[in-house]
Amino acid sequence: MSMTATAGRAHADPHHIGLVIEHPGPAPKRIVTAYGFWIFLLSDIVMFSCFFAAYAVLADQTAGGPKGSEIFEQRNVAIETVCLLLSSFTCGMASIAADVRNRFWFYLGMAVTCLLGLIFLVIEFREFADLVARGYGPSRSAFLTAFFSLVGCHGLHVSAGILWLLTMMAQVFAKGFRADVLRRMMCFALFWHALDIVWVGVFSVVYLLGSGV
Amino acid sequence: MSDQAHMRAEHDLAPGEEEQHSVGTRILGYVVGLVLALLLTATSFFIAGTDLVWQPSIPVALIVLAIAQMGVHLVFFLHITTGPDNTNNVLALAFGLLVVFLVVGGTVWIMAHLNANMPAMDQIMPMRR
Repeated sequence: MSMTATAGRAHADPHHIGLVIEHPGPAPKRIVTAYGFWIFLLSDIVMFSCFFAAYAVLADQTAGGPKGSEIFEQRNVAIETVCLLLSSFTCGMASIAADVRNRFWFYLGMAVTCLLGLIFLVIEFREFADLVARGYGPSRSAFLTAFFSLVGCHGLHVSAGILWLLTMMAQVFAKGFRADVLRRMMCFALFWHALDIVWVGVFSVVYLLGSGV
Repeated sequence: MSDQAHMRAEHDLAPGEEEQHSVGTRILGYVVGLVLALLLTATSFFIAGTDLVWQPSIPVALIVLAIAQMGVHLVFFLHITTGPDNTNNVLALAFGLLVVFLVVGGTVWIMAHLNANMPAMDQIMPMRR
């Protein structure tokens, strides 16, 4: 009897992770949804890695146009970075507030996140508009094409994130903290934090490495 | 039996989800993550513009700092940990990283070799005539 019990335990813990799981059944929907979204985020990061690879190859192909060190403004990038970092923090606060079903802190956290995201987008848009006005648009050189695609793609993601953020605020307003709304909120928080990870790569590889060389 | 039921409920965590903690502990986690991320960012910006360190080491330092900050984001904001309840999330992350390194590393490696082995454009153009 004890032998069969032991065999049963060994079978239930095939990877020796120290937990015995006997027929746990399908995972809760919350876990399945977030895991699926995690797979999407990773594929999104793989897509960004292609843009990063293109930028790394083309960074020196300036075709007589400006080099990165001539057009990047470190002060703006620092402000953008701090904005995104703080927005990641306030997004975390909003998701905690959603979990404890506190409407006031949820709206406040989401509103601050939205504001910081908009500041980021405005600074980025002004940088792009300024470059295009000086004749350094994406068609000027391969370097600028790669720069505009990579940074612009991240900017598009942030814009989509802000639309999603406003949708979440509206859904909580209209439907309350229902289970499906909370699952969407969880995916949104994952999305927003993942954008911040991509931005870490952008400001390190594009702006800081680019302005040093 | 109740112990087993407890384990069953906790054998898997969704990405972005923490183990059961009080609100104070969770906020503290985000504060620690924010402070660490701000420190690493400030170091990156400082190192990029300074003359105090050996210049050829700057790109390496920037890349190391960036990877460290991505790790901070993963642990403190996305809550991807090495616990047994996170096995699925970590495996997916590991595969994603593999593809990222193949794409970026492979591209940079191959294109650098092509650049080094190809004659300059002003030498190619006469050959085509």
